[in-house]
Amino acid sequence: MNIVVCIKQVPDTNEVRIDPVRGTLIREGVPAIMNPDDKAGLEAALRLKDETGAKVSVISMGPMQADLVLREALAMGADEAYLVTDRAFGGADTWATSCTLAAAISKMDYDLVITGRQAIDGDTAQVGPEIAEHLQIPNISYAEEVRVEGGEVVVKRQYEDRYHTVRAKLPALITALSELNAPRYMTPGGIFDAFREKQVTVWTRADVPVDDGNIGLNGSPTRVFRSFPKTVKAPGMKIEEGVDESVQFVMDKLREKYIL
Amino acid sequence: MDFTLSKEHTMAQQLFRDFARREAEPLAQEVDEMHRFPRETVDKMARSGMLGIPFSKEYGGQGCDTLAYVLAVEEFAKVCGTTSVILSAHTSLGAGAIDRFGTADQKKKYLTPLATGEKLGAFALTEPEAGTDAAGQQTKAVLDGDEWVINGSKIFITNAGEADIYVVFAMTDKAQGTRGISAFIVEKGTPGFEFGPTEKKMGIRGSATRELIFIDCRIPKENLLGREGKGFGVAMGTLDGGRIGIAAQALGLAEGALDKAVAYVKERKQFGRPIAKFQNTQFQLADMKTEIEAARWLVYKAACAKDAGQPYTVEAALAKLKAANVASDVTRRAVQLMGGYGYIQEYDVERMMRDAKITEIYEGTSEVQRMVISGALLK
Amino acid sequence: MSKEYQGVLTFAQQVDGELSGVSLELIGKARDLAKDLNTQVTALLLGSGVRPLAQTLVEYGADRVIVVDDKALDTYTTEPYTQAMTAVINQYKPEIVLVGATAIGRDLGPRVAGRVHTGLTADCTKLEIEPQTHAFHMTRPAFGGNLMATIICPEHRPQMATVRPGVMVREIRDAARQGEVVDFAWTAEENACYVQVEEVIKKVTKKIDIQAAKILVAGGRGMGSGENFQLLQELADALGGEVASSRAAVDAGWQEKDRQVGQTGKTVRPNLYFACGISGAIQHMAGMEESDYIIAINKDPDAPIFGVADVGIVGDLFKIVPKLTEEIRAYRQQQA
Repeated sequence: MNIVVCIKQVPDTNEVRIDPVRGTLIREGVPAIMNPDDKAGLEAALRLKDETGAKVSVISMGPMQADLVLREALAMGADEAYLVTDRAFGGADTWATSCTLAAAISKMDYDLVITGRQAIDGDTAQVGPEIAEHLQIPNISYAEEVRVEGGEVVVKRQYEDRYHTVRAKLPALITALSELNAPRYMTPGGIFDAFREKQVTVWTRADVPVDDGNIGLNGSPTRVFRSFPKTVKAPGMKIEEGVDESVQFVMDKLREKYIL
Repeated sequence: MDFTLSKEHTMAQQLFRDFARREAEPLAQEVDEMHRFPRETVDKMARSGMLGIPFSKEYGGQGCDTLAYVLAVEEFAKVCGTTSVILSAHTSLGAGAIDRFGTADQKKKYLTPLATGEKLGAFALTEPEAGTDAAGQQTKAVLDGDEWVINGSKIFITNAGEADIYVVFAMTDKAQGTRGISAFIVEKGTPGFEFGPTEKKMGIRGSATRELIFIDCRIPKENLLGREGKGFGVAMGTLDGGRIGIAAQALGLAEGALDKAVAYVKERKQFGRPIAKFQNTQFQLADMKTEIEAARWLVYKAACAKDAGQPYTVEAALAKLKAANVASDVTRRAVQLMGGYGYIQEYDVERMMRDAKITEIYEGTSEVQRMVISGALLK
Repeated sequence: MSKEYQGVLTFAQQVDGELSGVSLELIGKARDLAKDLNTQVTALLLGSGVRPLAQTLVEYGADRVIVVDDKALDTYTTEPYTQAMTAVINQYKPEIVLVGATAIGRDLGPRVAGRVHTGLTADCTKLEIEPQTHAFHMTRPAFGGNLMATIICPEHRPQMATVRPGVMVREIRDAARQGEVVDFAWTAEENACYVQVEEVIKKVTKKIDIQAAKILVAGGRGMGSGENFQLLQELADALGGEVASSRAAVDAGWQEKDRQVGQTGKTVRPNLYFACGISGAIQHMAGMEESDYIIAINKDPDAPIFGVADVGIVGDLFKIVPKLTEEIRAYRQQQA
């Protein structure tokens, strides 16, 4: 079985700070990590590899430095890695991104495609289902558990207040939730091999069979009109008193506000 | 001369840092307070290949190098001195001795389970009457047919009772003095091989430190490690590598303490401002940082010399002497900077200070390191 | 092109014959947009045996309801719903399509956008028609909630947006409202994208809806353990509210995910929000900053949560919360 996992290198948005003076994002020094939902997807693929001997390929669309996140995937146990990178692909929205990735994936042998549910920088959760649409394969989103049985994938599909057990014939695409599993650590040997023994195959514009009209900024139906930091609410009162005084203060406020 | 870590070393360092923070750090206080061996952490380390970092893949190791191993010990030491010495004693001493001096058969049989982490290793040289004077071995080994019979005892052995495989030194020909010592591989569970009670220590309290007792303990002839009478060389050669590991532990302890102190002084306000604004605090931190960086490069240099196949005995001694000094000094200063809070268990630095002291003592006291260094100078 | 596409279409999500809250909220917002565009609001109802719900949608503000009632749409699966919705869009050509950003919507939305070849903007917190250009401005948090971005879809139609539950406001229900109900004829076409639902398992735990609560007492990493949340439960009980949680406490296993407030949890706007032992990571604040009144208790005077709190108490929550609970109980006792 061939599994293709889409992964994205993202800034660790948990570590991003707002400049208190200018209200802008401080992007420097923010570590770049593998998107957590994608890592869960990769772990699911690696477990299937452990159980069934499947081949796991990872693919990422991004700038050259996304190479690091692909090496991390190799160090965790992926077999092959592909970096889809070109200035022509830059500025893509989810449509253009999914078209580009789907075109790249169509060059590969795949039975199961796994993407993370959403990236912590874009937070759209769209690329996975859109890739499935372009490839015209079924997609099952929000996978909490995955297993493969004789040419079919069976997924515990999460909803707000319930689950569905969903079965689809391969080839299919699933989107993984970080709740799906606890991803394994890389091994030191895996890291050394990822850099010294293995290759990351780089695919540029010419290598990806996608129409010009569907890539990059110009191929994106949506674009950013403007971005701005959130207005910082004016801080209220802050008190640093003893326990009794603090409690009385809160009681007074609750009465004032007719909560009590 | 490039002083930056390679991409793979950088990623490995990040791995060790994440792992140590998530797995070892949350247990550090409890492990210390309860004198408890963190078996669950060791098992997780085994599963992630961390007990075989510098060993060849042929023997189940990760195929990395000494520098990667040093980075691992350092990252663990930043958060838990106990975990870092468990790793170091297993890798540099127990497994290290067999890696360097074992026959292919011995490596296949004993190094492989150590490198895969299936088994834990230990190294037993010190005796009640033989510490710095390691040559004064009283444990004896006598060849009887196809077996060596060992009688005697070892003390202060790290990983004792937890380890499965022990490299044990014994006198095989008293008349030869230093040249009458031999090294052996002994497995836990061998009849006649017992353990004494666990020592209660000042620091690295979760590390299992016990006496080994040999009473007519019989091991196969094949378990002689290296040649008969060459045991002292096995010990010294192995300890050279061990010293790099301990130097890395000392470095990590110092760094961990500095990190705690820096975070504290930014928060702690006295006289209307964070104490980080006072020049004494700033100067203390500057000195601590300088010492740490000096130690760091001696440690990494020794590791790289070993990896390059160059002699590293003196380099290892320099690194251990310096790093151990720095660890004791920096951890003590960290406690002082943190004042009353520094004395409280919850704030970690008092544990780091207690942990640091042993780095000046084991695997060759600082005095021994001075002997090695001056010996080289005065040749 | 703009003349060819007209009207605002909302997806009226229903599960087991019950309309989801977000379906009504979308109509509320659609009415604002339709007013600015001088057009009408259509709700799209997909399901099996759901036609009676159309009346409810009209009462909540839909001018027209398109019903696609088919066995294939009984339990949600991606492909039949995508086919039906695409067919309706292709026929009715709405200018704007709104879908709830739910576990269904975040799957259906992109699949439809892909099939129709248009742009989709996810998790919008603000939707408006720009007065000069009549462009549809979709504003959403990005970068983990650290930044707001206004997105446009200039060329492609329909302009699609998903909106999180609890963000938009529904209209007051008016039983006297009139609207058109259209039965849309559609045949499902089984293809390679079909999947089988083998089982539907409802979650057994009592459904806590923190989005419905008027008072929330939330705890974070500073609570230290799951057991300590008992203190918050007691305060919540005294106030008649619910316990909620930051992501850190959910990740630590101290609370269930359905209590999680934040970027990847739920958005809440209670009358009163207590933030106890919560530092105030941006992701958390994104989920609760619209609360009417925020009281934060934290031992760290520099915790970012104080930037959004109306009242900030710097102190030990383990001492303050029990005392406060006691005082409130005593007060209630007195009033009774």
